[in-house]
Amino acid sequence: MMEKIIGFSRRKSPWLLHFDCGSCNGCDIETVAALTPVYDVERFGVVNVGNPKHADILLVTGTVNQRNQRVLATLYQQMPAPKVVVAIGACGLSGGIFRQAPNVVGGVDRVIPVDVYIPGCPPRPEAIIDAVLLAVEKLDAGGKKTSVEKR
Amino acid sequence: MIGYPAKLLEILLTPLAAFLLAGMLFGLQRRLAARLQSRLGPPLWQPFLDLAKLLAKESRLTNPWLAVCPRLQLAAATVALVLFVLRSDLLVILFVHMAGGSFLVVGGLGSTSPYSQCAGQRQLWQMFAAETILFLLAAALYMTTGSFGLEPLYTLQQPLLLRLPLMFAAYLVALAIKMRKSPFDFAGADHSHQELVGGVLTDYSGRHLALAEVAHWFEVVLYLAFGTLFWTTDFAGGLLLALASFLTVNLLDNSTARLTWRWLLTRSWLAAVSLAVLNLLLLGV
Repeated sequence: MMEKIIGFSRRKSPWLLHFDCGSCNGCDIETVAALTPVYDVERFGVVNVGNPKHADILLVTGTVNQRNQRVLATLYQQMPAPKVVVAIGACGLSGGIFRQAPNVVGGVDRVIPVDVYIPGCPPRPEAIIDAVLLAVEKLDAGGKKTSVEKR
Repeated sequence: MIGYPAKLLEILLTPLAAFLLAGMLFGLQRRLAARLQSRLGPPLWQPFLDLAKLLAKESRLTNPWLAVCPRLQLAAATVALVLFVLRSDLLVILFVHMAGGSFLVVGGLGSTSPYSQCAGQRQLWQMFAAETILFLLAAALYMTTGSFGLEPLYTLQQPLLLRLPLMFAAYLVALAIKMRKSPFDFAGADHSHQELVGGVLTDYSGRHLALAEVAHWFEVVLYLAFGTLFWTTDFAGGLLLALASFLTVNLLDNSTARLTWRWLLTRSWLAAVSLAVLNLLLLGV
């Protein structure tokens, strides 16, 4: 009974932390668009909290480079469990067109475990909402328990 | 002797009723804000879902005070509410509530986060601004009934609102400050209206955050209960007045942009306190 209530509340109250990890802002615009009246993700209980200690889902846009990989790992560590990570856009998935740059580490999953990947340059807001709802299902299952691995 | 079981029931039911009422009110205000922005908004019971989720989430502490503070604040708010329902002394209720509210400041300053530190300072200013107005309200009660007790209020022939209209305007400012509503949401920084991304609750997580949230709910219910004091001749009137105040503050929140804490102190607080004092002087005439 308790498990059911907790699972239901987890699915219905995902709080997001959006981190721009060196994106060109294309993906960020599409992500923020999901909060506007057109898409209104708040009807699913989604809140953009801007604080890792309150967040359940980490949305990451952009490539990871040598400078910001530490920030990304810190944000992930500061989130209390259960937590899931969504990587948004070609850059977040693999480094995108910046992949070969000397300062670029690659996609988000080179630093922290990623649960949901959204391809696209940029992906449409519908795809991002779809991914968040998929992430919510994974959150209910408890999310990944793995900690940050140093690479 | 027959009164005791009824009183005990009242004491036990008050926190439960306040919890359910506050949850629905907070759900209503999120939905109201969404509708004003032509969005659908979350369901009415969303605050309860958020709470259940937070209770089941991992709770981390950067400082043991962060575990102590929300519990003490919640306890004080509950005691203040029960005292109100038992029609105790308004000054006692205010002091109990203030003692609990100060733990929000302690929690904020107890964290190492600069956001939390800054918001803790601002919370002090907000407490100062809101509590002065409430103490003036207590003074007005004394001048009309000759007592700080709530009981004599319920024997008045005509509603207090007719004698204290300016005080009611000042009360609305205090309510907006307590509800952490724009333009008075510096310390909470709840809705990203402010220049700070986080408020006093920055370092809280999991069940500590949930308890801090419930304490805030109870404090808002207490403030709305103060609103009913302006209409004590019949129950429905008081309830309607409190609901109207709640909706007014929400409309204000959705139609004002961010302001600075200097504005709070110099303009709105001075205006509210002047209105309250003017009303006190008029009572004396």
